[in-house]
Amino acid sequence: MKILIVDDFSTMRRIIKNLLRDLGFNNTDEADDGQTGLPKLQSGNFDFLVTDWNMPGMTGIDLLRAVRADEKLKTLPVLMVTAEAKKEQIVLAAQEGVNGYIVKPFTAQTLKEKIDKIFERIEG
Amino acid sequence: MEATPINRDLLLEKAQAMITSLQSPETTDEQLETQIDDINSLKDNQLFQELGKMTRDIHDSIMQFRMDSRISDLAETDIPDAKDRLEYVITMTEKAANTAMGVIEEGSPVAEKLGSQAGVLKAQWQKFRKRELSADELRSMGHDVEEFFDESERMMSKLLSGFTEILMAQDFQDLTGQIIRQVINLVNEIETNLVDLIKIQGETQAKEDSAEKQDEATILDGPQVPGKETSNDVMKGQDDVDDLLASLGF
Repeated sequence: MKILIVDDFSTMRRIIKNLLRDLGFNNTDEADDGQTGLPKLQSGNFDFLVTDWNMPGMTGIDLLRAVRADEKLKTLPVLMVTAEAKKEQIVLAAQEGVNGYIVKPFTAQTLKEKIDKIFERIEG
Repeated sequence: MEATPINRDLLLEKAQAMITSLQSPETTDEQLETQIDDINSLKDNQLFQELGKMTRDIHDSIMQFRMDSRISDLAETDIPDAKDRLEYVITMTEKAANTAMGVIEEGSPVAEKLGSQAGVLKAQWQKFRKRELSADELRSMGHDVEEFFDESERMMSKLLSGFTEILMAQDFQDLTGQIIRQVINLVNEIETNLVDLIKIQGETQAKEDSAEKQDEATILDGPQVPGKETSNDVMKGQDDVDDLLASLGF
């Protein structure tokens, strides 16, 4: 299971990386926005994407759109972890095909639950 | 600023009268002087008109500046909002520091205890290696070792959960970073407005309308600050988000 973590704050990437490691996902890579993340996804055989929304360069929602528009990546599970909490935003993310949505600040337990749920759906 | 055009008809009329007076030998110097003053006064009027126009322009732009709603928004809403957000930054950094220190204070004695228990067992083990232990002491050591293993497992899981707690507490850096960035943007905007205000002293200018309204979903508000009045459209936490997603069939 190879996971890409996209967030412009390195501390948040580190937190998510460590939490994922605790959950048994050791194979992770990082990018600081959609612009650097998308090429990694396109060339890196990733199984899962965790992305922030508000990032300079290319935002998380644009990255999600790019992933869904890419023939090779369109089925990639995407979990959004963001401080953006407006209804319109969550609805928009859902419309664009997000698989899970976590608002910051979040707990380790929430991350585990959402990831488990996404995999349950994919396998089920 | 454009100069008010000279009233040519009036000037021509006065100039012609002056020529007539000059051509007439009966005209006195006094009369000529009066006519010269008269023509001069035309110029003075021009100056007053210019001044009047300038005053109006400055007045208009000051009024326009005052009425620009973005500026009153800044003063009435954005600046107090920024102050609250900065207060929240203090609260969050304080909370993170206390969380980390709390875990350390709880964890240190645990680590020390495990260390000293290992020390006791090590001493017993060395005695055993030198065959200095009695049968009773050996049995007691066996019991201590078992207890140490159980204790180690318990303590290690306690320490690990403490590490996770410290890790999670670092999320303040992302959230406070986003808030501080918003405040920096606000300061930049205030700076721009102040520069505009200074410009008004030197020149009049038309103020463009405030930024067009953006699509709601593309305005990124960043972290929700507890206690801030929020519209119903803002989720109060993960549970709200989950409910909303569930209503969308997730």
